[in-house]
Amino acid sequence: MDSTTLIAIASIVTAGLTISLGCLAPALGEGKSVATALTAVAQQPDAAPTITRTLFVGLAMIESLAIYCFVVSMILIFANPFIHVAAAAVAK
Amino acid sequence: MRLSPDLLVFWRHGFANLNATIVFTWALMLALTVGARLVTAHLSMDLKRTRWQNLLEILVTSMATQIESVGVSPGRKYLGFLGTLFVFIAAANLCTVFPGYESPTASLSTTVALALCVFVAVPLFGFRDQGFRGYMRTYIDPTPIMLPFNIISQLSRTLALAVRLFGNMMSGAMIISILLTITPFFFPIVMTALGLLTGMVQAYIFSILAGVYIAAVTGTQKLRPAPQT
Repeated sequence: MDSTTLIAIASIVTAGLTISLGCLAPALGEGKSVATALTAVAQQPDAAPTITRTLFVGLAMIESLAIYCFVVSMILIFANPFIHVAAAAVAK
Repeated sequence: MRLSPDLLVFWRHGFANLNATIVFTWALMLALTVGARLVTAHLSMDLKRTRWQNLLEILVTSMATQIESVGVSPGRKYLGFLGTLFVFIAAANLCTVFPGYESPTASLSTTVALALCVFVAVPLFGFRDQGFRGYMRTYIDPTPIMLPFNIISQLSRTLALAVRLFGNMMSGAMIISILLTITPFFFPIVMTALGLLTGMVQAYIFSILAGVYIAAVTGTQKLRPAPQT
């Protein structure tokens, strides 16, 4: 098993771990924030527009954490910087 | 499957190449500039207005109230910068309804450029509003111990602005292209609609975050914002 294969295996496994673990925590956070916002809207329906606007901003901020993990896993799979180095070393 | 519209090259001559990001950015700039010129050429002051003038007035006044609600005051002073960011990103994301169009914000080059604009503009607004010493004092604001953390936060929030917009737009395009191979007809449409919502939210967040950063350095954040009606 040459180094390119090893890097490919490590990249794929790490990408899967990144996206699964990285989606876990933001999902919990988003669920918690939506539940709290729904409680607040149920208690004070007058404040619904403000709460909804803040909720959307907060959700997008939380979701960007998952998006960072997604970007990292995409880089690992499609634009891995190490695999070219290893391929060049093998070709040498 | 392309990771970014940078890889779709229309024309190449030596060092210079003309990829989809540049072409669609130019098209958007042209459409926005010419559209705004055409609408504002015949402005009316009385109650009888064209629909396009109403559209632009709603856009400008609601953006001004939104950025004043995060503490940027006077909102009109910074409306040129923040409004341009919002209008460009929103237009770039909403135009994904046109077939064949690829959003330039799905390319890391565009989002890094926009984030660098914020990175440069925030100290400039700080200098103009508070002077050099006043702006530099915001770095050691509670105590001088916070100096390295403030510098790190300047860099990390620029990176976060760029990667957030890029990741959201790129993931939307990629999910649609994956779904097209699995369930070709119905679900891509649903995800496109969701992508339009995400695009608007991201445009709003980008400009609001830039507004928050500006409000933090212009020293006007102590004023209470006007109550929302």
